[in-house]
Amino acid sequence: MDWLHWIIYVVIILVFVLTLVMSFILIERRVVGRFQLRLGPNRVGPQGILQPVADAVKILLKEDIIPSKVDRVVHLLAPIVTFAPAVLVFAVIPFQQAGPGLGFALDAPAAMANLDVGVLFVFAISSISVVGLVMAGWASNNKYALLGAMRTIAQMVSYEIPMVISVLGIVLIAGSLSLADIVDKQNIPFILLQPLGFFIYFLGATAEMNRSPFDLLEADSEIVAGVNIEYSGMKFAMFFLGEYAYALAVSTITSVIFLGGARFPWGLLPQSFIWLLVKILLVFFVMLWIRSTLPRVRIDQLMGFAWKFLLPLSLINLFLVAAEGMLPSGFTWPIVALNVTLAVALVVIWANRFYRVGGAKVA
Amino acid sequence: MTIPLSGRDVAQKVAEQFPKAVNLCDGACLWVEPVSIVEVARYLRDTPGLDFDYLVNLTAVDFWEHFEVVYHLVSIKRNHSLVLRCQLQGRQELVMPSVVEVWRGADFQEREIYDMLGIRFSNHPNLRRLLTWEGFPGHPLRKDWL
Amino acid sequence: MALKTEPIVVNMGPQHPSTHGVFRMRVTFDGEIIKDLEPVMGYLHRGVEKLAESRTYTQFIPLTDRLDYLASMTNNLAYVLAVEKLGNIEVPPRAQYLRVIMAEMMRISSHLMAVGFMINDMGAFYTPLLYMYREREKLLDLFEMVCGQRLTYNYMRIGGLSHDVPPEFLPALKKFVTEMPGFIDEYDQLLKENEILLARTKGVGILSKELAINSSASGPVLRGSGVKWDIRKADPYLVYDKLNFEIPTGTVGDIYDRYWVRMVEMRQSVRILEQAIEQLPAGEVRTALPHLVRPPCGEAYGHIEAPKGELGFYIISDTGVAPYRCHIRAPSLINLTALKDMVVGRMLADAIITLGSIDIVLGEVDR
Repeated sequence: MDWLHWIIYVVIILVFVLTLVMSFILIERRVVGRFQLRLGPNRVGPQGILQPVADAVKILLKEDIIPSKVDRVVHLLAPIVTFAPAVLVFAVIPFQQAGPGLGFALDAPAAMANLDVGVLFVFAISSISVVGLVMAGWASNNKYALLGAMRTIAQMVSYEIPMVISVLGIVLIAGSLSLADIVDKQNIPFILLQPLGFFIYFLGATAEMNRSPFDLLEADSEIVAGVNIEYSGMKFAMFFLGEYAYALAVSTITSVIFLGGARFPWGLLPQSFIWLLVKILLVFFVMLWIRSTLPRVRIDQLMGFAWKFLLPLSLINLFLVAAEGMLPSGFTWPIVALNVTLAVALVVIWANRFYRVGGAKVA
Repeated sequence: MTIPLSGRDVAQKVAEQFPKAVNLCDGACLWVEPVSIVEVARYLRDTPGLDFDYLVNLTAVDFWEHFEVVYHLVSIKRNHSLVLRCQLQGRQELVMPSVVEVWRGADFQEREIYDMLGIRFSNHPNLRRLLTWEGFPGHPLRKDWL
Repeated sequence: MALKTEPIVVNMGPQHPSTHGVFRMRVTFDGEIIKDLEPVMGYLHRGVEKLAESRTYTQFIPLTDRLDYLASMTNNLAYVLAVEKLGNIEVPPRAQYLRVIMAEMMRISSHLMAVGFMINDMGAFYTPLLYMYREREKLLDLFEMVCGQRLTYNYMRIGGLSHDVPPEFLPALKKFVTEMPGFIDEYDQLLKENEILLARTKGVGILSKELAINSSASGPVLRGSGVKWDIRKADPYLVYDKLNFEIPTGTVGDIYDRYWVRMVEMRQSVRILEQAIEQLPAGEVRTALPHLVRPPCGEAYGHIEAPKGELGFYIISDTGVAPYRCHIRAPSLINLTALKDMVVGRMLADAIITLGSIDIVLGEVDR
């Protein structure tokens, strides 16, 4: 009855992604509004719940303008290539683990495809959306879009590497690339065991998603919407949704890998996908917090930050994890304390002695 | 307080250097020949004791029979000020040298005078209309425009 | 074989989210480095100087409001001072103190907007701007209490003010003045040590001292480059010689220095307000003048320290009811002279924040 399994999961994932993306749009506007001492949208429906619906209807009704000199096929495919990978990533996320749970028990992790190489799958698929953005920039026949596309390639490629290397530390501790196994091995959440890894991964993922403070791609005070400039109507909606879907994907991956997925910390309560949802919302809140407070970095500062700060730190992190793996097990809390101190010390020392965002070598 | 220098005192100093430059002088202002404005400006800027390094305002007035270009100068070091003026007779083909090399701040102001009143400044690096569009008919601030 | 490259000309057109108005820049790039920048203005030119020649002296006051529409009272003040200088008209002391109070409130409001928008250009998605707007709303409420308007006030008249302030104004102003330093501390706490802000502003958009003086820059642009020149101290008008305050100067002349100068000026403005409220005498607020003011024949140049720089009115009168010639020395236009030098050799993102740090208002640039 394999096809039944696929169909049920396809429906679950589509519903999950679409409802959460719509609510993320609303949550972002309300929460960022509260950060800025104002209410967000609260007119359409009670507390503004129908606002995403109103946005969707507005965008669907807009005229689809295609400039005359664009490369038609590429122009049409670009939004699809950007949006699809963000949804594809959810195929390997374990919504709930095998074993007893809140309400019902399962005999296998609740993922559409419990791949043995889950982590590899996630990173490989999410890199495809870069190609989509570049296609959009090229096909638009517009100087601003081209500038945006060039910046995008540079940014995405540079931030992939520290991100992946920091997750390798997690893989070393868990001993497996499968996401369900990683969640199973988290008796304490890996964020405590790997604070530096979490820090690097989170910054890298923020840059991959083009969110503040790394959102040069859509810097609307400089190149006026960058790559999306020639898109209108449903195609623009695809880019827009794709960005939020990617944010959702990153929040989910962070919750699964670092925060313990569907498990409740210290096993006080049985596991359930509700805890996964709570963790996703928490991670998203932190992303919004960073977005509302920090200004944007410049392109050369962005590249310097990836190559001279994040990459060396992620390599050091990997060595440290490997070294700790050689210690006998059972020393969990001392290792947590050691890791936290090491993380703070490394970041502070590196920032003061070797590299600052200002781009200058601090002598 | 910024002391407004008397035109007569400065006129004496300027007349020693450039005998043919000074036209008239007054309690408050100093009239200078248009052709020698650049040398007088440089003299006023570089002489210790005068040190007029800051051009506050550069404007022009249409007095029907003649036009007058007015320079308000101030010395930041010594906190005194001076008013320098040039008269251009007639209404057609008004040309005078530009002081952009002496004070950079004259750049946009001279372009505006050209745009609004039609006085051309020779040696200006970029004498184009500033506030109206290229090809605008006439010079709006002249008294006979509308 | 050398790689052949071509410079690209990008037009940051009149419609752009961060050019602070309808201002156009034609920028020539070589990759991301700026080779040349040409400002094009005149999109908001309304012929105010020509209109002045057919309006009476009092009728022109509302037109001056629309010059620097973010700091309207200071425009009124400069014009009215010039006419009073021309006509040797005395202003009663209460009016002078009230004018100082209005001018300093205007300065705080304008600097809040300037700093807020500059940080907005850097990408901090409106949050600092909206925090500063919270204070500006209080100021606008105070202005509404005085003259019924929030943006274009038309409050000053030749010979004083148009009417006295209502009795609830002074207590409300005192309350504002006691709270404001706390808010400025809050902004400093959020912004002064922010690493990204420092990285984006230190060493960017440098204007050297000699070039600043030679380009006739004024206001925070001049003071940020290290020149201690403020009309309120150099050539005091109204009652500024009786008030204690300091003038901040920067050191290098980069964007951070101009930002810092504006924050310190806000603190000094609060100090001036405290002193002025204390020293405010009673009395009338307007000298009796005929309805149609006819100043004697002559000319005058009246200037003040507006928030954006030195704002001056050069008025020539021929004893008619309207000025013969009225020229406006607009600080924003003249501060733009040095824009190209500040920006050549840097990247696009720097050009945008440099323009933001000069703080232009198109109503003034184009008149």
